[in-house]
Amino acid sequence: MEKTSDVILKEFAPQLENPSRKWWLVFGVMLMLFIIGIYGLTYQISYGHDVTGMRDHVVWGVYIVNFIFFMGLSYAGAILSGALHLMKTPWRKPIMRMGELITVISLLIGPCFILFCVGRFDRLHYLILYPRIQSPITWDVIAISTDIVGCLLYLYLSFIEDFAKLRDFKGLNVPAWKKKLYKILAMNYTGTPMQVKLIKRSKNIMAAMVISIAIIVYSVLAWIFGVTLQPGWHSTIFGPYFVIAAVYSGTGLLIVLMWFYRKIFKLEEYITCQHFVNVGIMLLILGAFYGYFTFSDYLTKWYGSVKMDKVLIDHLFKQYFWEFVVANYVGVIVPMVILAFKKFRTVNLITFGAVVTLISLWFNRYLIVVPTLETPFLPIQDNRLAWIKYTPTWVEFSLFTAGIAVFVMLMMIAAKFIPIISVSELTEKEEETENVNCAPKTV
Amino acid sequence: MEKSEARKSRRNFLRLGLGAGAATIAGLAGVKIAKGGEPADKKELTETIKVLTPDGKVVEVEKSSIMPPKDVFIDRKQAHQGIPGRKFVMVIDLAKCKNARKCVEACQEGHKLPHDHEWMKLYLLKDSDNSAPYWFPKPCFHCDNPLCVSVCPVGATYKRTDGIVLVDTERCIGCKFCMTGCPYSARVFHWKKPDVKVDENTPYSPEVNIPPKEGTVGKCIFCPDKLRNNELPRCATACPMGVIYFGDILEDTVTNGTETVRFSELIASKGGYRYMEHLGTEPSVYYLPPTERQFPWERGYEGIPDSIKSRYDNLDVIKETFHKDSNPK
Repeated sequence: MEKTSDVILKEFAPQLENPSRKWWLVFGVMLMLFIIGIYGLTYQISYGHDVTGMRDHVVWGVYIVNFIFFMGLSYAGAILSGALHLMKTPWRKPIMRMGELITVISLLIGPCFILFCVGRFDRLHYLILYPRIQSPITWDVIAISTDIVGCLLYLYLSFIEDFAKLRDFKGLNVPAWKKKLYKILAMNYTGTPMQVKLIKRSKNIMAAMVISIAIIVYSVLAWIFGVTLQPGWHSTIFGPYFVIAAVYSGTGLLIVLMWFYRKIFKLEEYITCQHFVNVGIMLLILGAFYGYFTFSDYLTKWYGSVKMDKVLIDHLFKQYFWEFVVANYVGVIVPMVILAFKKFRTVNLITFGAVVTLISLWFNRYLIVVPTLETPFLPIQDNRLAWIKYTPTWVEFSLFTAGIAVFVMLMMIAAKFIPIISVSELTEKEEETENVNCAPKTV
Repeated sequence: MEKSEARKSRRNFLRLGLGAGAATIAGLAGVKIAKGGEPADKKELTETIKVLTPDGKVVEVEKSSIMPPKDVFIDRKQAHQGIPGRKFVMVIDLAKCKNARKCVEACQEGHKLPHDHEWMKLYLLKDSDNSAPYWFPKPCFHCDNPLCVSVCPVGATYKRTDGIVLVDTERCIGCKFCMTGCPYSARVFHWKKPDVKVDENTPYSPEVNIPPKEGTVGKCIFCPDKLRNNELPRCATACPMGVIYFGDILEDTVTNGTETVRFSELIASKGGYRYMEHLGTEPSVYYLPPTERQFPWERGYEGIPDSIKSRYDNLDVIKETFHKDSNPK
């Protein structure tokens, strides 16, 4: 790939220019889903949480499941793009930006589900006005807000060079306001050695920080469950388990997005089958880890005979048999089989494996949150069906689909705004020797 | 009615000497001993009552020399302070419980709770296949190591010096973390606008938690408003069987309204225990095991309305005892 940035930009220019009819169609559908979600939310606000499936025992439902799910996607993006960046993996360049976009966008969507779950929307600022540091929720507030700032910064840093290129590129047929925006956002970047050095250094620092913050935030999220005494939650393994599951689901989403962007923008030249295999191998390794963690978590619960653990396991295998199979068998075995055998390693099959990963990971979170709440220490004795078994309502699902719709819309807007493949990364020459040199300086 | 008369008089001599200015007689503190069942209101001025001094003597004093309790309004800030010098404890005698559900009714009535909102819950438990079933009234345990308090992100629920755990529903954001934190499912949530008639102008005090608020958490609060007036919590007063003993662990005394006993002796002699002690939450509620019962447990099922009965219909023990024909095995 010896193309100059102008050649590449010219090639990518149609991506950024006026949206096609198809673009508007998809965007319109997503907007509809979003509006339905907003309707669901107003319905919930006016009639109370009674319209959800949550009741006194299962106090956290699909909202919290989605919160964990979207947060998981985001941290995966952070760890992936951060780690690939720091290790200077050569094939990372075309897919880095997608990872970073996943991070920021799902990080903005995830916490919204907390807002839907909270009974008093109007008192949310109390979290900042009257914080109690003992509470894992306060840890989460601190960690997530730090993470959002950090990831936005990292994303912006990786944009600056491309903004400058877009500002200088003459062949771009976009409205004047967009040009002007590029100019402002490029912040007078002209590529002087000083600027290059500064951007490089700050990107490295931010990449390292984003990785560590991501691990912290996801562990804190796991501890919200881990610190309680509930059967199934009170587990020391939850921190690392959540982190691994998060990276696993995020890798899956990255592959799915690679497939879509490659198809839509015809990027076969840049995102090759090799990329799918490479990310797929990461998926394979993470899937193995995920399976291992899941297995050891459930094995120890099942093998011993603490009464409540037994009740929970029985509940899982009776009431949630198929969900359990999807989450913990299909979600591990299918992607692993696809990637373990060379003949299965096609772009479409790998993407299929990634979709399976995403679906099964959602169910995994569902099985972590809901069954535990359905099997409290004191057995539920009630004649109201909703109090015994949690069934999500249309309100909860409308907000779930709205979350996905917002993700898609933001991804579509982002891709109209900046090339989905980082032009500056593609054209940048890596000075491999600079950092690899471990020998003492002799000069 | 005879019962309500008896209850009233019971309440009169059950002044535990709580709060400032409750017992003004020098040297008198603590529990007054139960006396007869006749209405006390009429002969109030000349009547004498027996009281227990701290050194264990029973003294008879004129009733009028005891200052009547004052109705003080406790605001949100004051509610953080426990009643000085107190540490409350509850003992529930499972042998006496026949599932009359009067505790639940009194609690719901007293705290203006919606119909489907129970702070006191009644379980039918059976610990193992060979052990006998028993009725298990379950209030909040007011743990000394309360997880609900630890996990609350805004300090809406807190532990006081007198052992009571309260919820400030004007602070609560409804995140429900405390509900998942509590291992005893003691907490309930207002999922919709509470369907109760309450005067909108009632000033809010966490000690009574009226009016109930949508989107916030509620739970048993040991009726601190009653305690300040030297009365027993509503459930204890309402119980026709004297199942619920309430008192002060510092005074080592508990009473169910008809008998007043040494807490430590009661626990020691009857094998009192705390539910799920192994969790380390240090509850303030003790149970006496269901030995030498006054009623067969079946009576508690037969006596309740069908709408309540159906709560227990899924239990094996109910199926085996009452629905043998409909459910052949």
